[in-house]
Amino acid sequence: MKNIRIKSPIDAATIASLTAGTQVLISGVIYVARDAAHQRLVWSLEKGEPLPVNIKGQTIYYMGPSPAPPGRVIGAAGPTTSSRMDIYTPRLLADGLKAMIGKGNRSPEVKAAIKEYKAIYFTAIGGAGALLAKTIKKADIIAYEDLGAEAIMRLEVEDFPAIVANDIYGGDLFEQAQSQYRIDGD
Amino acid sequence: MREIKASVIAETITRLSQETNFDLGEDVLAALKRAVETEESPLGKEILSQLLENARIAREEHIPLCQDCGTAVVFLEIGQEAHVTGGDLSTAVSEGVSRGYTRGYLRKSMVRQPFSARMNTRDNTPPIIHTEIVPGDHIRITVMPKGGGAENMSRLAMLKPAEGRQGVIDFMVKAVNEAGGRACPPLIVGVGIGGTSDTVMLLAKKSLLRPLGQPNPDPETAELEQTILRKINNLGIGPLGLGGRTTALAVHIQTMPAHIASLPVAVNLQCHSARHKEAVL
Repeated sequence: MKNIRIKSPIDAATIASLTAGTQVLISGVIYVARDAAHQRLVWSLEKGEPLPVNIKGQTIYYMGPSPAPPGRVIGAAGPTTSSRMDIYTPRLLADGLKAMIGKGNRSPEVKAAIKEYKAIYFTAIGGAGALLAKTIKKADIIAYEDLGAEAIMRLEVEDFPAIVANDIYGGDLFEQAQSQYRIDGD
Repeated sequence: MREIKASVIAETITRLSQETNFDLGEDVLAALKRAVETEESPLGKEILSQLLENARIAREEHIPLCQDCGTAVVFLEIGQEAHVTGGDLSTAVSEGVSRGYTRGYLRKSMVRQPFSARMNTRDNTPPIIHTEIVPGDHIRITVMPKGGGAENMSRLAMLKPAEGRQGVIDFMVKAVNEAGGRACPPLIVGVGIGGTSDTVMLLAKKSLLRPLGQPNPDPETAELEQTILRKINNLGIGPLGLGGRTTALAVHIQTMPAHIASLPVAVNLQCHSARHKEAVL
């Protein structure tokens, strides 16, 4: 399978060039945030407070790693279910977030916001935490340390494998691929 | 009466908590290997191969198979001739989980006051403990780390008896279809039928402990397992929801008698990281 190498933060031209089903290898900086961190980020936005990290143009990975054993950068580090973040996502996209990595499909509201704000959603391989950890070269907690496994982290990744699930043109890999293999009338 | 020390129970659970998070069972590995061969989707095939590679890295390097090291679900079959000495049984189980998750660098995923503050308990306690008194003088301990993504897709239906076999099939297929890629397919679909609303959920979870793909000993139930498996794999969801033939590796059904007014059905989905290990003391 062809893999396209891309840099994160991902620029607008690259986002426009990617369509649902394209396999990519991401290198560069991505930020980690999941349920509790999303709640706090959106609270801050609604109160008009500054965010602990500037998300404009950035990539967020929905993930909560296991602790780093001695001598390692991080523990297992696979994606968590994205749909739990759906309620917060349009607000973050409106504030400039450009890319998301997680697993599973998104709500109609998120898909619409992805089109509107010209953003992109990638799926990574759920349950491949040990494999994906190999692509993470540096990991630092940068905010909400009290949240434990849910703290916001900054990662430096090299050739992190992901697949475009929702693109700016309305393409949806989950819908397309599942209908391709569905057998009706059994 | 045979005496079993609480400290031995704790140490066993410390060991099992770690082993089960690093070492995917041979039955699951064999099923994934078969699926690589039979999967028609090229992307699905590639994903399944990467799951096998993930399992190899986890086993060799002691990195958890999945960052979600789960709620620690602990099943205890306690022989009625066994006597726990030197401490309280549930404290021993809790200590075992706490030490295992801490020493193994496993993720601690439990939060207190789930509807509000959600503060992490920091050692993955409390475990969920299911006990059963059985004949004999041994204690069988099974540790099952249960990931949140798949557990969130659990479903319970109190069907009308008139809905019967077809009602069970329709409910099961709908539950898996709605879970889509979110429960990390390929799945093992745990099903309970019968009993009451509380016992049927436990029955569904216990069915996941059966060796993968071993049919129910009752031929009629085994046939229902195969029928539901075929229908689920016709959904096209595929590995991680990205399309394909392998949505479930197996359907495991456990049944028990039910009230004349009731047909309880429960689904407990197990992601492909199907982890459980046991020891007999």
